[in-house]
Formats: sequence, structure tokens, C-alpha cells
Amino acid sequence: MSPVSRGFHRRRQDSAENAGRVPPGQYVTKDFPVLSAGPTPHTPLDGWSFSVGRPGRQKTWSWEEFRALPSEDVTVDIHCVTKWTKLDTVWRGVSVDTLLDLAGHDGPFAMAHCDGGYTTNVPVEDLTGGKAWVAYAYDGQPLEPEHGGPARLLVPHLYFWKSAKWVRSLELMDTDDPGFWENYGYHIYGDPWREQRYAGD
Amino acid sequence: MDAVDGNAIGGLLHEVFGSEMTTTVSICGTCGTARQVGELAVYAHAPGTVVRCPSCDNVLMVFVKIHDRTCVDLMGLAALG
Amino acid sequence: MAGTALRGRLSPRPLLWQVAKVLAVAIETASVRTIMLDVPDWPGHQAGQHVDIRLTDGDYVAERSYSIASAPGEPVALTVERIDDGEVSPYLTDELRAGDDLELRGPIGGYFVWEPKDGGPLLLLAGGSGIVPLRSILRHRQRTGSTVPVRLLYSSRTLDDVIYRGELDKPAAGVEVFHTLTRHQPPGWSGYARRVDAALLAEVAWPAGMTPLAYVCGPTNFVEAVSQTLVQSGYPPQRVKTERFGGTGGT
Repeated sequence: MSPVSRGFHRRRQDSAENAGRVPPGQYVTKDFPVLSAGPTPHTPLDGWSFSVGRPGRQKTWSWEEFRALPSEDVTVDIHCVTKWTKLDTVWRGVSVDTLLDLAGHDGPFAMAHCDGGYTTNVPVEDLTGGKAWVAYAYDGQPLEPEHGGPARLLVPHLYFWKSAKWVRSLELMDTDDPGFWENYGYHIYGDPWREQRYAGD
Repeated sequence: MDAVDGNAIGGLLHEVFGSEMTTTVSICGTCGTARQVGELAVYAHAPGTVVRCPSCDNVLMVFVKIHDRTCVDLMGLAALG
Repeated sequence: MAGTALRGRLSPRPLLWQVAKVLAVAIETASVRTIMLDVPDWPGHQAGQHVDIRLTDGDYVAERSYSIASAPGEPVALTVERIDDGEVSPYLTDELRAGDDLELRGPIGGYFVWEPKDGGPLLLLAGGSGIVPLRSILRHRQRTGSTVPVRLLYSSRTLDDVIYRGELDKPAAGVEVFHTLTRHQPPGWSGYARRVDAALLAEVAWPAGMTPLAYVCGPTNFVEAVSQTLVQSGYPPQRVKTERFGGTGGT
């Protein structure tokens, strides 16, 4: 049995006021921790593009074209697999519904590809119906590189490793192939409300 | 997130490999650069610990703590030790 | 404890968690404490090594690493800086007291260590709490009677943030200490008054032709900027050892 550290307390979820908003095993933070699997890319906007589709059949937008698309402000709670939850985060972005409609999508699954090589897989059903965005602003400001700027995927109903930073494309696929963390043992789907942190959970 | 040195995960490495590893020489499987493990770039605040080559940024090692086990992937290395 | 021999550092041994007893907590600065420990099965350590500590609350565990502030042969001491809103550091600096248990494992690290046989001249570069392992090196040098020349450049925000100030004001023979205060300097301050840059390093660092050995420790930005400047000035990369603490996250 591990010794008890006298007087040490884990960060706890604030009890009553946030009840129902905090998934099991999470605690509420006021910070916005920066977690990364690698160095922060710095992609200049004139070199940035975003694509949706399959290899050879993609719809691609430049930064100007992307910013001209209809966008919306959303306020969402986000849940990181490392156990922090942040409530009422405010983003501005283009709904993935809009992007898939314009790209004429098909394929039940998608892989997000990012500058720096990060990938993550999400079922298309979880990217549509108003559940996901490609976000370019946070808290009223352009998204900073350390938080995924110029643009990141935002899929708040899944663990935040699915909200891929520095996203550059959504590749549509027929199978639910694992992305970066999924390959190393994280859950293929990642529902925080069922505490699906690791494969087999 | 800022990287730290391989030295910062000396405890994790010792736990996984059974001995002090920070002076062990690793060879990057992508660019071939040889470095002591203590000099590698470590991203330790992710869902797992990612160790990258300081020369070409490619992933050399990944450590993930899954429940009570530590899983290790060394596929990015050409050689270790 | 003073007579504990260091078992051969090359002999493999398991790295096991053990429970140490806090002997005392000393105030270094307003936000920094040095925790002196009695570690029952301590095998000895080398200057520059660190320990991992582990705090437990029920089934929740928080782990952090801290450099050993004391020299080989001295009781184990850890110097911890309180990070505001940190999870672990405020516990160590404000709550922990003599008689408490602290779980740790170590010593850890063979890369960022110095022994007198490694020679010099030594260039030690500290940013903030990066001074901790370098102080272990300085104390080890003194205890062994080494005459390797040392220059220490220590960057702090203000004079009140300088850790081990009394000790560093009375350096051993052959040790030169240079301070730079980056945010605020007291009246009459004659040390440096800016962030370490190439010009400052050029004035303080041993010339590359003397084949010096450099140890750079502190926040990642500091370490990367300083080590790059040294390499650009002619220091071979393998003669510049770095220990980056990370910019954010470790609390």
C-alpha cells in the first residue's frame, strides 16, 4: 500500500455547481493547459490550406477561402484524457458539416492530418450534426500556435486528443484506422462520459 | 509545450529498461543521428511521453501508462545502446 | 550518512520507490524551500542528479522530478520553487514539515552529472531554479578539493529571487560568480541587468579554445537560447550539457 502524503489533496471537481457537466474522473481547471506530442509548428497563412476528401479527390481551401466560409461562435466544455476539464470555452470556426457538404463527402470515417505529423481518427457521424468545427479563434482572439493555430479540429463531445491541433485535412476512409494516440493504446472512439481513455475500456 | 531533455525521464527509462539509460547512445531511425538519450527532446505533458530526435524531430520512443502498465514503442529508433 | 560510499555507478540496481523522512524545511526565498531528507536506503548520488517524488491521495498519484541540491556525501536535500496554482510544488513548499513522509526514488540521471575527473574549466549557467543541480556541482567541487576553475552565470528576476545567495556571495577559491537580474535591480547594483544574450555570454564564458565544459539548466527557453549561443561561439555540442525544466506544465 502506498504511503499517504499527509495533507496532500488532488485537485477535485467543484461539487454541486458543475454537477452533470464533469465526466467521471475529471477535475475542473481554470487554466488552459498546453499538451503536445511534438514541437509547435508555425505555418505561415500564405502557405496554409485545408482539404477534405480522399487522395486525388479533395476539395481544398486557401486561408482566405476558408475564412470566407460561414462560421459560428460556439461555447463548449472540453475534456482532456489527462483528466482536466474546462467549462464554457468559446471558439469561432467553420462547422465540419459545411466543409463536408462543400466537399461532397463520402466514407464513414475520417482521419485528421496535421502539421507536425499528428493524426487522429473520428467517425464522420461524430463530425456532423453540429458536433464539430475547424476552429480558428479562441476566446475572441486568433488561435495561438501553442493551442493549435492557425486552425484546429474541435470535437468537444470526445476526449480532447481528438480535437487535433494544426489540422490541415480530413481524409475520408472506409475503415476506422487508428491515429497517433489510438495506435499507442488510447481508445479508438474516446467518449469521456463512458471514460473511454484506453483501448478496451 | 516546451520540450525537456531525456534526462527528465530518467526515472521512467530506468523503470522500463531496468537500468540508468540517459548516457546510452540512441540512433535515429530516420536521419541516423547518434545522441545520448539524455540529449533527446522529450514531450512529457501529452497523453503519453514522446521522445523525438533533436535533429529531425521524428518520433523515436513513445511511453504510455495504460492503467498499471507502461507500454513502450521504440520503432523510431534504429538502435539503442 | 557522510560516510556512505557510492556504490559503483555502473553497477545495475533497480530503481525503487522508498519512503524518506523530512528532517527540516529551510526558507531560501519567498517562494523557494530546501527540504532536507533522511533516506534510509540511499545509495549515494552524483552531483547533478535528481529524484522523482510521488504524492498520494487515495488512488490518485502525482509525480514530479527535483534536482538534488546537496553534494555527494551530504544528506539528500531538494530545493523546490513554488509555482502559483501548481498541484505539487505548493504542497512541498507550504505544507510539508519535519516528520512527514515523502516517497521518492533515485538518484536518477547519468547525463547531467559532473565529477572532478571530468575536468574543466567549468561554465555553469543557471536560469532561476536551474541553479539547484549546479549548486550540487559547486559543493561537490569544494568537498573534493578540486581546483578546476569555474564561472557561474546565474540569471534571476530580482535579488530577492536569488537562491543560495549567502553561499554564492562567498564562493570557494577558483569560482567566479556573475549575477544578472532581469526584472529589477537594487540601487547601486553593479552586476548585469538583462536577460542573457550573446554579448553577455561573450564577456563571461570561457573562450572555446580552453575546451570548457558547460552545464546549462533552467526553463526551456533559457536553456535553448544559451546553449545555441555557446555552440555558435565555438563550444562543441557534446561539451554543452543541458537540463531543461520545461516552460509550463510542471507544477
